Amino acid sequence: MNLDLSPEQIAFRDEARAWLAAHVPTDPLPSMDTADGFAAHQAWERTLAEARWSVVSWPAEFGGRDASLIEWVIFEEEYYRAGAPGRVSQNGIFLLAPIVFDHGTTDQQRRWLPSMATGETIWAQAWSEPEAGSDLASLRATATRVEGGWRLNGQKTWSSRAAFAHRGFGLFRSDPNAERHHGLTYFCFDLAAERVTVRPIPQLDGEPGFAELFLDDVFVPDEDVLGAPGDGWRVAMSTAGNERGLSLRSPGRFCAAADRLVDLYRQAPDPALSHDVVDAWLRAEAYRLYTWNTVTTLAGGGDVGANGSVNKVWWSELDVALHETALELLGPVGESTSPWSDGYLFSLSGPIYAGTNEIQRNIIAERILGLPREPKGAGR
Amino acid sequence: MKFELTADQRDFMASLDRAITAADPVAANRAWAEGVTAPGLALAEQIAALGVSGLMIPEQSGGVGATAVEMVCAFEVLGRHAVPGPWVESAAFLATALTDERLSSVADGSLATVAASSPWAVDADVADAVYVVRGDTLHTATVGSAVSSVDSSRRLFTVEPDTTVGSADLNHAHDIAALAAAAELLGAGERVLADAVEYVKQRTQFGRPIGSYQAIKHQLANVRIALDFARPLVHGAAVDPTPRAISAAKVQAGDAADLAARVGLQVHGAIGYTAEYDLSRHILRIRALNHAWGTRSAHRARLLDLLTAAS
Repeated sequence: MNLDLSPEQIAFRDEARAWLAAHVPTDPLPSMDTADGFAAHQAWERTLAEARWSVVSWPAEFGGRDASLIEWVIFEEEYYRAGAPGRVSQNGIFLLAPIVFDHGTTDQQRRWLPSMATGETIWAQAWSEPEAGSDLASLRATATRVEGGWRLNGQKTWSSRAAFAHRGFGLFRSDPNAERHHGLTYFCFDLAAERVTVRPIPQLDGEPGFAELFLDDVFVPDEDVLGAPGDGWRVAMSTAGNERGLSLRSPGRFCAAADRLVDLYRQAPDPALSHDVVDAWLRAEAYRLYTWNTVTTLAGGGDVGANGSVNKVWWSELDVALHETALELLGPVGESTSPWSDGYLFSLSGPIYAGTNEIQRNIIAERILGLPREPKGAGR
Repeated sequence: MKFELTADQRDFMASLDRAITAADPVAANRAWAEGVTAPGLALAEQIAALGVSGLMIPEQSGGVGATAVEMVCAFEVLGRHAVPGPWVESAAFLATALTDERLSSVADGSLATVAASSPWAVDADVADAVYVVRGDTLHTATVGSAVSSVDSSRRLFTVEPDTTVGSADLNHAHDIAALAAAAELLGAGERVLADAVEYVKQRTQFGRPIGSYQAIKHQLANVRIALDFARPLVHGAAVDPTPRAISAAKVQAGDAADLAARVGLQVHGAIGYTAEYDLSRHILRIRALNHAWGTRSAHRARLLDLLTAAS
């Protein structure tokens, strides 16, 4: 049992650290949920891609470095340490790409992955519907078979990045006679297509970080179906697992924020908040070590299964607590907008997205602890 | 980078668990609390025979020469079974603090105890050797009067220092003991969670198992989460036993075990509140261990000092 890096891993880390130190913008970019900020984040993705740092774990032919799992995590660690910009390409490179590698055709991989890696094409997820949130399997948007493809109809909502993104991915009901998890198909579609209406929705911070999508007889060719028709649920669940399971983000994802919190405390100590400061730090440290344990499991060919739900509840609640403590420490001036208040507002979405924490706790109780399922309610 | 227990370490935990389970440890715990120490001492001999006493002691002093990782593995198992006896005191603190023949006798399985972080020495009436820390110095001790613990299987005694004893770094010994206590809390928390899960699957009210209600599920899920994030801190502190890592481990293991105790008691209802039901042995042990080897608040205070002192 050890946390030591090999000489090769240290060399990889040092190369990443040096490149990031030289290239990370000194001033933070504007919010990616504004037109200017979106363009600035896309430009940053291009800069990353030109040096082959945008998708280090992918094969070289798609713009990656064939990095091992541990190297990928080392890169993510350095990325957070360097305070580099958020990834506007995140939905594509972290959520969709693993599915394209596992379930996509060679043609789909060639058409979609290279422009995803450079940030030229930004992807938005289209999961939720007005009547299908936590109960995703109750979704109603339909796909109807036509010559050469399908026609999509219905409404998607809370579609992250869709206000400015180029393409979307999500599930549609392709067999009207099948229920719930059956008869669903995974589609990739053009957000600029005729008959797609995108209505941006301002989030808590006032910026349109997500959107509603209205699809009115939108034609999608067969070659843009991901996986087999009718197999969409199974295909999609590997995405959900990636999003919640950690998508293997940086072990240090919260350590940098916790260190900044300790700095804040040092500048203006408030003994009434010392308990919260210490707990934020040690919970971030627990997250770091837990993640290295997960990396070890996955690198050894193991599967984390429902433990992704344990992780999701932990980091999302930690993130809220950490930012709340920082705002408290700031006292009266904590009311003004600042990187801390931005981080706080963003943290508030954590317990909701990627499966609410209530759903995660059900999963933990039923799949890990083995408790009996709730009797099915009316209408299910 | 390989942050998980090795197959050998997991095997060690499994064989220790089997040996302790076979010896009916909760009965030994109850007898110990009544002053009948024979079953507990017989169990102690078995545990010593599996090498637990000497894990932290170098081979040239008669120990196993293992690492703190093996030590936390052992203490997690001891915690799971509420094993009676001064194990943290012997196999963690004194195994790190003592030198020469005194150290060898601990390696040989002789039970010793110490009053270091609290005024009292646990199980001083049955220990072969009793020590006390005063200031920065370790002394042999004379046993005084009994003090009752909230966990009656921890028999506390006042002590008075006799002669000074040469020792290794006592601060480090204190940290290793706090780490062992953290591991024991982790094991106790796991035990309470496992027992609570079994109970709520079987207990039926309003025509269905109470474990099918979300109000119960979510509380037990919170315990699972808290324990799952305490373990990497305990293991991380064992790999690199810095004061900062050890305080973080003791705080989170203490919080997680305390949550397990509260939730475990709540979902059991009144039966859990009885002395007769075995849950009580684990809940009271958790309460006591959250006072031993530094309270959570003492460790948080130290952590804050360490964090804010760093540049």
